[in-house]
Amino acid sequence: MTNEMTYREAVRAAIAEAMTKDDRVFLMGEDVGRYGGCYAVSKGLLEQFGPERIIDTPLSESGFTGAGIGAALGGMRPIVELMTVNFSLLALDQILNGAATLRHMSGEQFNVPLVIRMATGAGRQLAAQHSHSLEGWYAHIPGIRVLAPATLEDARGMLWTALQDPDPVLIFENVMLYNRAGKIAEDAGAVDITRAAIRREGSHLSLITYGGSLWKTLGAADELSREGVEAEVIDLRSLRPLDEETFLASVRKTRRAVIVDEGWKSVSLAAEISSRIMENAFWDLDAPVERVCSAEVPIPYPKHLEDAAIPQVPAIVAAARATLGAAP
Amino acid sequence: MTIFTMPSLGSDMEEGTLVEWLVAKGDRVSRGDIVAVVETEKGAIEIEIFDEGEIKEFLISPGVTVPVGAPMAEILRSGDEESAVSDASTKELPSRTEPTAPASQTTAWTPPAASSTRPRISPAARRLASQRGIDIATLKGSGPQATIVADDIPVTSVGPETKRGGLDLGDMRKAIAAAMARSKREIPHYYLQHTIDVTEANVWLEETNTGRSPSARLLAAVLYIKAVSNALSKYTEFNGHYVRDEFEASQGIHIGFAVSLRGGGLVAPGIHDTPNLTVDELMEKLKDMVARARRGRLRSSEFSDPTITVSSLGERGVESLFGVIYPPQVALVGFGKVLERPAVIEGEILIRSELTITLSADHRVSDGHRGALFLTEIEKQLQQPSQL
Repeated sequence: MTNEMTYREAVRAAIAEAMTKDDRVFLMGEDVGRYGGCYAVSKGLLEQFGPERIIDTPLSESGFTGAGIGAALGGMRPIVELMTVNFSLLALDQILNGAATLRHMSGEQFNVPLVIRMATGAGRQLAAQHSHSLEGWYAHIPGIRVLAPATLEDARGMLWTALQDPDPVLIFENVMLYNRAGKIAEDAGAVDITRAAIRREGSHLSLITYGGSLWKTLGAADELSREGVEAEVIDLRSLRPLDEETFLASVRKTRRAVIVDEGWKSVSLAAEISSRIMENAFWDLDAPVERVCSAEVPIPYPKHLEDAAIPQVPAIVAAARATLGAAP
Repeated sequence: MTIFTMPSLGSDMEEGTLVEWLVAKGDRVSRGDIVAVVETEKGAIEIEIFDEGEIKEFLISPGVTVPVGAPMAEILRSGDEESAVSDASTKELPSRTEPTAPASQTTAWTPPAASSTRPRISPAARRLASQRGIDIATLKGSGPQATIVADDIPVTSVGPETKRGGLDLGDMRKAIAAAMARSKREIPHYYLQHTIDVTEANVWLEETNTGRSPSARLLAAVLYIKAVSNALSKYTEFNGHYVRDEFEASQGIHIGFAVSLRGGGLVAPGIHDTPNLTVDELMEKLKDMVARARRGRLRSSEFSDPTITVSSLGERGVESLFGVIYPPQVALVGFGKVLERPAVIEGEILIRSELTITLSADHRVSDGHRGALFLTEIEKQLQQPSQL
């Protein structure tokens, strides 16, 4: 049995399930209660679970993220929602100097079982202070786990698994995915959060991506397929730690890799993946690794410029062709 | 002081295994002496030296496999005995596992070292080529900017550790497969066929052989080789090697002659400088070479530098053959079976001996018009057998 559902509804169902199954779980963030969340993820949850568990906070990311850390230290299982990754920078001190570090600094006496959800990515004309993809910055930090659910199943299933983790987990939800609808098994539930997934099998090259870019990458793979090029599409799912075993195995098979990452190219997640391919699969390569990333500009407001600034299907197809030359 | 290195015995050779030294430390050697036997996928091959001097030191012992260009022995040149002993540079020999380029003086023809430009090759292709023992200088790339990629490496599965002792026909089959597949993949062949009258040549051959002992008799193949050799001095674009997108005409004419081996397999070792040989000398060389080929004992230079191949399947009773060019050569001349046929000559029907000759040539280097002239020149040569 399957249900028709949006990504937004899948996240909401995950939160509701977690709150039902474990009374230590609560949600807090800006406008998550009465307004129902700025992306309407938590709509209806205040009515269902009451103001003690669905908590509207002041506009103070550092303050309520710190409160979440404190609650986690105190035995709760908080879900903190940060409106966008751009705003999360106000809480970066709490995340890096607090959540990610306390286990280490307390000599393993304290752990922080905190989940922080936030929106990321461009495409909604929200301009340069709401549209960036900074998940790669967080993937830099030891001590936290960084997830990027791209499918309904992962939106539905990653949260519960993340809440079971004894350490902080950050979940990045791409803004362009919330309205994405599809069928999902009625009994869909918790999923693994450690492995990358092969979303499409292919033998000619590996397209490595995550989050909002997954669907564009699959679109590019379809276009390549019409030319006789079979691309393998890897959805990283976990950005920290990276499941390099999966993407290296794919690259060893196809000998060519294109990384699609909505972050900026310089000092990026794409750079890290490319580097690991060089370190571990150099002798298996038939072409230099290609990267399709965002233009190195603040994400523009006008629709046509915003579209031009981030990875799109034609650029992915072009990068794939570049790795192939005349072959196959 | 000079270093004797593992020679390249053809473009498909990456390494060789020393079977035995045929000289001892302290022996004096001179140019052309056979000093060692090396095992390759083509069998055990006698290696000649191209230097004068005294064997000072063996750098590898029998059983050791080294890449082409790796040092095998130190040779003390006449006149530099004293200075050479303290020559520190000999201590800096490249290690055995390093893929050193062949030293240019060791073999007459060493394509990998000839050019200073590096081929563009992907890491995956480089590793595969090394595993399969394939010389990357002979490959053409199909990847971005003509980069050689893994798919461009011919499948051989000849592992470097598998060739030990004696001629391995399985390996030879694989080597033939790799060379022929590469030829058909890379060389745009064109084919010409021409039926010629060889009555005069046949008569001359019979007369010449009359009274000779069987071992001294000439075979028609000698006339064919000689005719091709003479024609090549005029049509130089069929004599040489196509290396790195370029044809290099050869100064010498060294004709490879296809020899089929008992039990299967094929080699086409070269007879050197055929223009300088009389038909009798050529016959001697041919007999010796065929016998050694069938024993799996060919010499290094016979493998490395044929500049064209002649194939004669005439005895096996086919009228004509269309050969596959042996890369990096650019032409192959085929001779069919001599048949008695009615021919019209000056209004009369006569019984004549006819032979179909064919040319397979590389269209990157020559065109059909020149090929036709080349074939008719061979025909012309065969009309005057006593002049060959």
